[in-house]
Amino acid sequence: MAGPGEAAIRVQGLSKSFGPVRAVRAIGFDVSPGEIFGLVGPDGAGKTTTMRMLAAVLQPDAGEIVIDGVNVAAEPERAKLHLSYMPQRFGLYEDLTVSENIFFYAELFGVSRNDRMTRSQQLLGAAGLLPFRRRLAGQLSGGMKQKLGLVCALIHTPKVLLLDEPTTGVDPVSRRDFWAILYDLRESGVTIVLSTAYMDEAERCSRLALLHGGAIRYCDTPSRLKVSMPGALLAIPATDPRGVRDALTGKPGVLGILLMGDRVHVRVDDAARRIPELQRLLAERGITEASVEPTEPGIEDVFVALLGQGSGP
Amino acid sequence: MFERLSVMLMKEFLQLRRDRWMMFRLIVPLIIQMVVFGYAATFTVHHVATAVLDLDQSQASRSLISHFVATSRFDIVDMAENRKQITSDIVDDRAVVALVINAGFSRNLENGRSAPLQVIIDGTNSNTALIALGYIGQITAQFSSEQEGRPVALRVGSVSPVTGIKLEPLPWFNEGLNERWFFIPGVIGTLTLLQVVSLTAFAVVREREVGTLEQIMVSPIRPFEFILGKTVPFFLIGFGDIALVSAFGILWFHVPFIGSPLVMLAGAALFLMAAVGMGLLLSTFSRTQQQAFALNFFLLNPFFILSGFAFPIAAMPKALQWFTLINPLRYFLVIIRAVFLKGVGVDVLWPQLLALALLAAVMLTISVLRFTKSLD
Ligand SMILES: Nc1ncnc2c1ncn2[C@@H]1O[C@H](COP(=O)(O)OP(=O)(O)OP(=O)(O)O)[C@@H](O)[C@H]1O
Ligand SMILES: [Mg+2]
Repeated sequence: MAGPGEAAIRVQGLSKSFGPVRAVRAIGFDVSPGEIFGLVGPDGAGKTTTMRMLAAVLQPDAGEIVIDGVNVAAEPERAKLHLSYMPQRFGLYEDLTVSENIFFYAELFGVSRNDRMTRSQQLLGAAGLLPFRRRLAGQLSGGMKQKLGLVCALIHTPKVLLLDEPTTGVDPVSRRDFWAILYDLRESGVTIVLSTAYMDEAERCSRLALLHGGAIRYCDTPSRLKVSMPGALLAIPATDPRGVRDALTGKPGVLGILLMGDRVHVRVDDAARRIPELQRLLAERGITEASVEPTEPGIEDVFVALLGQGSGP
Repeated sequence: MFERLSVMLMKEFLQLRRDRWMMFRLIVPLIIQMVVFGYAATFTVHHVATAVLDLDQSQASRSLISHFVATSRFDIVDMAENRKQITSDIVDDRAVVALVINAGFSRNLENGRSAPLQVIIDGTNSNTALIALGYIGQITAQFSSEQEGRPVALRVGSVSPVTGIKLEPLPWFNEGLNERWFFIPGVIGTLTLLQVVSLTAFAVVREREVGTLEQIMVSPIRPFEFILGKTVPFFLIGFGDIALVSAFGILWFHVPFIGSPLVMLAGAALFLMAAVGMGLLLSTFSRTQQQAFALNFFLLNPFFILSGFAFPIAAMPKALQWFTLINPLRYFLVIIRAVFLKGVGVDVLWPQLLALALLAAVMLTISVLRFTKSLD
């Protein structure tokens, strides 16, 4: 899986328990340089715990993490030099200005004065934060804070970037800015690991690990995960999605039903055979003329099909 | 290492400066407490209600009484006619002190014999009684010296709960038992402990609460550098506190500073190390600033009460006396009072200095270990 050279991140047998809670159970994966690797899973799946161990702020119970050839457990300080971690809630000093926050993190990582100036200029520009340089971080909007967090996390030009749900609570425009920055980073060879609850974001990752109960259930590219989804997916546009769901729940051949706003996704064992059946069932419930068409599964469908439960918005 | 430490310190001071109320919060409570203790503490030894029974009715006896009136320490509230009146003055709380000049006072003086002045003191408030007695001693001594060396003997009696009035504990280094002189050095230590411990604890807990702690720990900074960056500013602020409050006490309240500033500096440094250690330790027991505040409140009170600031340690139950052994304030109060008022040096104060050094070492070690562990 790892490219021709060695992997940027290599994780083997990683485990962590908090008392009786086995938050992470013997997970392993490789991430190649320049990949955007996504960790997806429901609340409490162990995403944050995994991230914190990768970032060397949490000591694993067992297992090995090698980042950029450096064993994290053995040399945490050296590993941290090339690493950047943005926690679920990035801690900014709200009583310092945008520039002062950036300055502080730059100094902590020993970024030279010159590099700091050009790089902060460039990052602030990309994040659309240039006009707010002198504003106190506490007075920024939620999305701006998150972008400032990213700028701080990137100021030392890390080779590996760990982002824990970086866009949760961020408006769509800021999210687009955010992803533009991530794509730029990937172009320049930065390896990114991110956890997300947004399925559209999961879709943008080069590879995904589906985490559930502390274990990796599936790990592959989004497109191959879709192929591996058992059954076929049918879309039914509906004015009353709940009515459709109630009509079809538990019927033969129906493997799963997912409400998608104004449509209902129904996963069945055999599309050709079930389409007329479903139409008949709907008609019995007074939902006539319903269009039941095969559709391409989104990552959320795959996710639910594979893990057997819903998550995210 | 030094770059990272210095950037931590820079950030810390920037934040302190940014906080417009910080300077206010740092200095105003100190000044208020100083004034409160400085003035309130002296109130008890001024204007002591005094009843007088002059059975001699001579020039000498009137002169002695006028000596008492001349100071503002005693207010004559009753010129009694007989002993019964005196007793009821005291029993009914009209007077705290009664002076009885027996007949033959002036004759005794003239014949060069000892002329007794009987003093009756309400011992309910032994503190006031003791202080008043100190002044009475001073005034009569003054009077005697004016009578060409003929002594006026004091006969002390007391009514109501007699809590053993003794003359021996009158400390020679604070003649007249100026409470202000006794309290102000104590205030310096107490307030500094309060401020340094709470500021340190809050500053660390805030980083944890806001999430910046986790953020910083991802950088190559070592826990030890972070701890230094977090404690050195408050250590320095503590020094500022001590200097400011000392200057205030010396210049405003004229508390004498007899001892060596170097001894004071050494004591203060050790005391402040213990204090930041305590603050750091406290922070490891709190997840939020609110918890830190509550803990701070509950812990610092006993530290204050069991320090010898106002209540003598020797009078405490044994178990509490043992507790005072781990109280840095206890040692620092001895040091600061001794340096201010007695002017003694390391030769006398080394046990206290040593105890503070040990306490500081133990507190810092435990807190650093606990803090490092709490990072997981
Ligand atoms: N410091 C801790 N102490 C005790 N239990 C913890 C701790 N951190 C995490 N856990 C537990 O470990 C499990 C995994 O938590 P984790 O935070 O890794 O999940 P997550 O996938 O990040 O969830 P979310 O989507 O809600 O952020 C949960 O059951 C959680 O309660
Ligand atoms: Mg999480």
